[in-house]
Amino acid sequence: MNERVERERRERTRAWGLLGRGSVIASPYLWLLFFFLVPFAIVLKISVAEVQLAIPPYTPLFAWPEGGSFELFAVGDNYRLLIEDSLYIRAYANSLKIAAISTALALLVGFPIAYAMARAPRAWQATLVMLVILPFWTSFLIRVYAWIGILKNEGMLNGVLRWIGVIDEPLIILNTDIAVYIGIVYSYLPFMVLPLYANLVRMDRSLLEAAADLGCRPAGAFWKITVPLARPGIVAGSFLVFIPAVGEFVIPDLLGGSGTLMIGRILWTEFFSNRDWPVASAVAVILLLVLIVPIVLFQRHQQRQREAEA
Amino acid sequence: MRANPGGEAAFLRIEGVSKRFGSVTAVDDVSLDIARGEFFALLGPSGCGKTTLLRMLAGFETPSAGALLLEGVDLAALPPYRRPVNMMFQSYALFPHMSVTGNVAFGLRQDRVPRAEITARVEEVLALVELSGLARRKPHQLSGGQRQRVALARSLVKRPKLLLLDEPLAALDKKLREQTQFELMAIQQRVGITFVIVTHDQDEAMTVADRIAVMDRGRIAQVDTPSAIYEAPRSRYVAEFIGDVNIFEGRARAVNGGDVMVEQADAPAGLAAPARADGPAAGDAVMLAVRPEKIEIAPGPPPPGTANAMAGEVTEIGYLGSVSTYRVRLDSGKTVVSTQTNRLRHGGGAIDRGARVHLSWPVEASILLRS
Amino acid sequence: MRRGLSGINLAALTLGFAFLYIPILLLIIFSFNESKLVTVWAGFSTKWYVAMVENALLLDAAWMTLKVAVVSSTVALVLGTLAGIALARLGRFPGRTLFSGMVYAPLVMPEVITGLSMLLLFVALSWARGYWTVTVAHITFSMAYVAVVVQSRLLTMDRSLEEAAMDLGAPPVKTFFAVTLPIISPALVAGWLLAFTLSLDDLVIASFTSGPGSTTLPMKIYSQVRLGVTPEINAVSTVLVGIVSIGVIAASLINKRAMVIREREAQAADP
Repeated sequence: MNERVERERRERTRAWGLLGRGSVIASPYLWLLFFFLVPFAIVLKISVAEVQLAIPPYTPLFAWPEGGSFELFAVGDNYRLLIEDSLYIRAYANSLKIAAISTALALLVGFPIAYAMARAPRAWQATLVMLVILPFWTSFLIRVYAWIGILKNEGMLNGVLRWIGVIDEPLIILNTDIAVYIGIVYSYLPFMVLPLYANLVRMDRSLLEAAADLGCRPAGAFWKITVPLARPGIVAGSFLVFIPAVGEFVIPDLLGGSGTLMIGRILWTEFFSNRDWPVASAVAVILLLVLIVPIVLFQRHQQRQREAEA
Repeated sequence: MRANPGGEAAFLRIEGVSKRFGSVTAVDDVSLDIARGEFFALLGPSGCGKTTLLRMLAGFETPSAGALLLEGVDLAALPPYRRPVNMMFQSYALFPHMSVTGNVAFGLRQDRVPRAEITARVEEVLALVELSGLARRKPHQLSGGQRQRVALARSLVKRPKLLLLDEPLAALDKKLREQTQFELMAIQQRVGITFVIVTHDQDEAMTVADRIAVMDRGRIAQVDTPSAIYEAPRSRYVAEFIGDVNIFEGRARAVNGGDVMVEQADAPAGLAAPARADGPAAGDAVMLAVRPEKIEIAPGPPPPGTANAMAGEVTEIGYLGSVSTYRVRLDSGKTVVSTQTNRLRHGGGAIDRGARVHLSWPVEASILLRS
Repeated sequence: MRRGLSGINLAALTLGFAFLYIPILLLIIFSFNESKLVTVWAGFSTKWYVAMVENALLLDAAWMTLKVAVVSSTVALVLGTLAGIALARLGRFPGRTLFSGMVYAPLVMPEVITGLSMLLLFVALSWARGYWTVTVAHITFSMAYVAVVVQSRLLTMDRSLEEAAMDLGAPPVKTFFAVTLPIISPALVAGWLLAFTLSLDDLVIASFTSGPGSTTLPMKIYSQVRLGVTPEINAVSTVLVGIVSIGVIAASLINKRAMVIREREAQAADP
C-alpha cells in the first residue's frame, strides 16, 4: 500500500480517536457538572438567603443595580437557627443513632444469611443471590408500606402473638423507633448481605482446613479466620446501610412516630409544610457535612479493596 | 535406606480403607504400612484417589470403610484439630491476614504453648527453611517459593508425628521445583518426621521418596522402592506410568534355566526374560517391558540365533543433549524407542535417519509383566 | 466436600428469606381481601383490582411514571455507559477525580438532598416543573448506577480480547462496537433495568421536582397511604411487584439459558 495514504489513514484514525475520547468523557461530565454539582452551589447559596413571601420564596444573594455598587446579602441566620434550636441538633444526633443501631442489627441479621449462602451447594448459589436481590428491585415504598399492616396494633404480628398466647395486650410497635429499626433493616438488608456473601464465597475453604489441621476448633476458626477475612465485606455492607439510613425519609415518615426525629423528615417538613427553602437548604448543607466523613471513608475503603484485588 | 517395613510394627497402618462419594469410589480397599521416619510417596494421575487418601489421614474426610492406625491408635475418633498430624496444602492455604510469624505461630497458639517458647520455635523453624529475614511480611508480599517455605514451616513447627504434603511443589517452576526436592529431603532427614507426599510427578516421587505407592483408580497398583518400581514394574500400568517403556506382546514357548522364552513376530530368535516365581507356564500370553536406554542400537546385525534382537528403520532422532532418542520402525510396523548416551556422537558409526539398524538387549533387561 | 447444609445454615436461610418475603406475600394476599381491612381475612375478592382500574387519577399517575421511567432509563443508559467507559478505559484525564466523585456521589447521597438541589436548580433556571424536570432528575441519579455496573464489568473483562481485535487491525472505535459492547451487553441490560426500576420506585426526588399535573405513581401511593391503608393500594402494589418480578426473573432465565446453550455447544464441540 502507498505509504502516504497509510500515514494519512493512521492520522485520521488518531484524530477520530482523540475526538471520540473527548466526547465520551465530556457528555457525562458536563451533564453531571450541570445537574449535580451546580445544584449544590445553589443549595449553598440559598442556605444563606432569607425566606420571603414571593416566587421564588427567598431573597437574592447579591444585587448589582445599574450605576450602583455590588451588594452581597449573605446571612448566617439559618445556620444560627440550626444551632440554637435544639430540635435540629437532636434530629441530627438521633438520625446518626438510629442509623448506627440499624446497621448493627442488619449485620447481625445479614451475616448468618450471607454465611449460609456461601456454604450452600454451588448449584443453589445463583438462585439464592437472586432471591436476595429480588426484593431490592420491587418498590421500596411498597415494601415499607407492607410493614404497616404487620406492625399495627390490630396488625398481623399482634394477631399471631395473641393467638399463640405470648401476649394479652397488643404490642405497640408501629409509630415507634422500633418500627423504624425494623423498616431500615428490612429495606437495606440486601446491601448488607451481598458484600458479605461476595467476601465469604471467595474465601478459600482450605484455610479453614488448615486452621483445623493446626489444632483450631471450628468456633475458634470462625473468629480467627472467617470474620477477619470477611472484614472488607462487613465494612462495605455497614457503610452501604449506614449512609443512606442517616438521610432516610420514607421509613421514619411511614413507620416512625411523631417523636421519631430524623433529619430527612425535618428537611421535608421545612420545605413542603413550612415552605422555608433557606432553612431546608441549610439543613441539607449540614447533613452533607455530617455525611461527608463516612462517604469519604467508604470511598477510600473501596479504593483500597480494588487495589488489593488488582 | 531407612525404611524397614518388615522390621518394626507399622508406624502408620492403613487397613482396608475405602471412600465413596455417592456412587463414585475414590479410594477402594487400600492397605498400606508406613514406617517411622519414612519418606513415602503416593503417586498417580489426577483422580486416582491419592489426595482423598491423604485427606482421610488429615481428618477432612471420613473413610467409608477400614481403619487408620497411627502407632496403633485409631485416628477415626479424632477430629482434624486433635490429630498429631499436620498437612501442607497444595494451595499452601496461608492465612492472608496474618504475617509469616502469625501463620507459623498459629498452630502453637492453639495448643497454648508459652509465648517465649512460641517465639523460639518459630525462629528455629524459619531458620530451618531459610526465611528468617521475612518474618513480618504478609503472604502476598512473598514469592511463590517463599510461600511454599512458609507453608512447610507452618506444618513442621508443631512437630507432628506425621506430615502430609499435598502436591507441595506443584506451583513452583521446574528449576525451583528440582532444587526444592533436595531441600525437602534434607529437612526431612534433619527433623526425622514421617512424611507422606502426594504427587502426580513421577520424577518428584522417584527423587524424594524412600518408597512409592503407585495408585490407579482408587487402588494400589504397586508399593516399592523407586528403583524396584522402575526396574521391576509388575504391571503395564506401572511400567508405563513410571518412565518410558517399550511393550512387547507374545506367547511363552518354554521355560529353561530360569529364563522364559517368548515367541514374538519381530524377533527371529524370540525374546528372553528372567522368569518370575508366579509363572508363566508355556503357552501363556505374556507381556514384556523393556526400557529404552537398555536397548542397544547398531548398524550391523548380532550373531544369528541371538534372542532379544530385532531390525528396523530409524524414523526419527530426537537430540536431548546428554542422550538421543531413536524411534525405530520394525518390519511389522511397530515402533520401538531406544535411548543412547551421546558420548559417541562424534565418534565413528553415527546413525542417521532412514538407516537400517539392529536392536538388541540383554535378557535381564526384559521385564515380565503380570497380564 | 460435604454436599448439604448444616442445620444452623439451613435455619439461617429459611428465617432470612422468610423475613424478606413474608411482608410482600401478606401484601399480595390481602389485595384479594373482601373486607376493607387489610388485616382481617373476609373472603376472596378481586374488587380492589376493579377499583384500581377504574381509578383514573391512579392510571394517569401510572402512565406518567412509565413515561418518565422509559425515557430516563434509556438516556441514563447512554450517559452512564459513557461514564463507565471513561472511568474504566480512558486512563487519566484532567478532572478525573472530580468526575469519579460526581459519578459515585449520587449512590450515597440522601434523596432529600438530591431532590432539593435539583429543584432549586430548576427554579433558578425558571424551568416549569413537570414531566421533563422529573425525567432530568431521574437521569442524573440513575446514570450513576449504570456507570458503576458498566465500569465494574469492564474492569473484570479480559483485556486481551480487545487487544486481539486491535492486533487483527480493528481501530479502537470499531473494537469497542465489535468486541467490547457485545461482551458487556448483559451489564447494559442490567444497568437499564436498574435505572428503570429506580425511576419507577422514586418518591422523594419526584416529589421535589414534579409540578401540578405530573404526579407519579409512588407520589400517589404515598399520599393515599398517609390517608390510611386500603386494599386498593395492596392491589396496585401487587401489580407492580408482579411486573418487576416477572421482568427480573425473565431476564435472569434468558441469561441462564444463554449460558446453558453456550456450555452445551462447548461440550458438543469438544467431545
